Amino acid sequence: MTTTLTTPADAAPPEAKRVRRPKAARAGGQMHAGPIAYTILVLFSIGSLFPLVWTAIAASRTNNRLAQTPPPFWFGGNLFHNLDVAWNDANLGKAFVNTTIVAGISSLTVVFLSTIAGFAFAKLRFRGRNILMLMVIGTMMVPPQLSIIPLYMMVAKLNWADQLQAVIFPSLVSAFGVFFMRQYLLQALPDEIIEAARVDGASSWRVVWHVVFPAARPAMAVLGMLMFVQSWNDFLWPFLVLTQNGNPTVQVALAGLGRGYTPDQSLIMGGALLGTLPLLLVFAIFGKQIVGGIMQGAVKG
Amino acid sequence: MATQHDAAAPPAKEGGAAPARPPAEPTEAELRRRARLSRRWQRDLKWSPYGFISPFFLLFVAFGLFPLVYTAWASLHTVELTAPTDMQWTGLHNYTRIFDDDFFWNAARNTLTIGIISTVPQLAMAMGLAHILNYKLRASTFYRVVMLAPYATSIAAASLVFVLLFGRDYGMINWALHHVGVGKIDWQNDKWPSQIAVSSIIIWRWTGYNALIYLAAMQAIPQDLYESAALDGANRWRQFIHVTLPQLRPTILFTCVVSTIGASQVFGEPLIFDANKAASGGAEHQFQTLGLYLYEQGWVNQHLGRASAIAWTMFLILIVIGIVNYVISRRLRASS
Repeated sequence: MTTTLTTPADAAPPEAKRVRRPKAARAGGQMHAGPIAYTILVLFSIGSLFPLVWTAIAASRTNNRLAQTPPPFWFGGNLFHNLDVAWNDANLGKAFVNTTIVAGISSLTVVFLSTIAGFAFAKLRFRGRNILMLMVIGTMMVPPQLSIIPLYMMVAKLNWADQLQAVIFPSLVSAFGVFFMRQYLLQALPDEIIEAARVDGASSWRVVWHVVFPAARPAMAVLGMLMFVQSWNDFLWPFLVLTQNGNPTVQVALAGLGRGYTPDQSLIMGGALLGTLPLLLVFAIFGKQIVGGIMQGAVKG
Repeated sequence: MATQHDAAAPPAKEGGAAPARPPAEPTEAELRRRARLSRRWQRDLKWSPYGFISPFFLLFVAFGLFPLVYTAWASLHTVELTAPTDMQWTGLHNYTRIFDDDFFWNAARNTLTIGIISTVPQLAMAMGLAHILNYKLRASTFYRVVMLAPYATSIAAASLVFVLLFGRDYGMINWALHHVGVGKIDWQNDKWPSQIAVSSIIIWRWTGYNALIYLAAMQAIPQDLYESAALDGANRWRQFIHVTLPQLRPTILFTCVVSTIGASQVFGEPLIFDANKAASGGAEHQFQTLGLYLYEQGWVNQHLGRASAIAWTMFLILIVIGIVNYVISRRLRASS
């Protein structure tokens, strides 16, 4: 025992001589938010939502009303008329179908290819692994503008202008996707499970099918949603290869809405509302998972 | 050892799963089969990783790497949009041509200023928000989802709404400013107001997203760092400065790099914010970015070779920024 060495303070019972820690220490990093914090949060929430709500308000008014002060703060009665006209003017029906096809195919493919490639980079040993992974990470930093000109030439040569495959093919791969799946599988998939499957005689493809896919399912869902949002909102490349009137995606159709000499602002807002609603619905339903996924992807190990 | 277990094992019941047959000598055919399996096994182990990454890399090379190199090649040629396969060698002419163009330097300056006034407030606000979100909060998920809602809004839709909000005569923002005694600001035609307006679209869409990234990194900071800082007498503010910020340095660097890349290629916001929907970025090119300038040269003026030169110039600028970033972060690490 070390009785002889203890100081009186240490020897005293804890109730008698409780160490009074500074207030900030008791709070640590996990402090309860005060009224100021809540005020800031509420203000930011209003700032985030206001333009969206106001899109709906403006879409429910007439163009004349929008050209008056003060601007409208509440809904009018013109919503369905505006939505109807915007839907037809901007070819939005076709645009929705097109965008769903493009975003669906590209996000499913990205998820599949990213998962198997991410698994290989996370768990398998092979020659050139590090240098290839560095290449993937490096190209995440390359701006897409660097590739649009040759891609445009390819599209012109293949006669793909105005066709959906021109948008789909370049979006089938994502370096971010590979990185994201690799990070997830590094932690979520213990080596022992793969070993066990191996000992049982599973081939690599069986390991992927029966071990990797089940383990990666949460990350695959999140990556799929992120890719769907990104693909749905993609603007530059579809804008270059799809014309506004022939075969647009939603974003290309929206960009075309404001043209003309006297654009009808309430119609434009109707179109913007229609183009935004599907993703806002996705967010309302899966918001928690998407938030979790972004935060998960942010922590790099 | 094994013998003990053998003795203790219950006798295998008839018809049970236990090996009833004595281990017979494997026949020659069985040996061949095993060797074949083993060879296949080895091959599988050796080649399956390449099988898993090759679909990705094939598409990646075709749509990512090849275009990167080909853009450099095209930038040394005269290529017209009308005949993209007809290339004539001009050496560095495209580069000297754009460097002599005042609109290039104008676009470069605009990209820089829009980049700064969109990125700096955005990341600063994101940091503050993340700090608040890191408190114990009621309905914390609700705030996170709400703050991410702008991220779900497309560039096109967001820009269309902001055009209306920033309208000179009937816009909501000028109306609100009027009530605090500020006169009408021409958000579309004056240089600084238009750049601020374009930046505000970017800030609106990305602040919540960056806040979530900072929040994730903050939650990974070990609590005992705060405890010991507090025991040393550090108040909340000093904890933030001396614990949170240093721990977040890699994340901050990451968001700076990503935001810089994003800012270098701003395209849709100024395109749609322009009342004429033209690539000039306003009547006097007051908010034309490099992305718009590239589009104007390539698709309006139809000089794809020149556009390629702009693309590679942008890339080189980014590399320089990346190196500067790296050097600064190393300096910071060395000094702390």
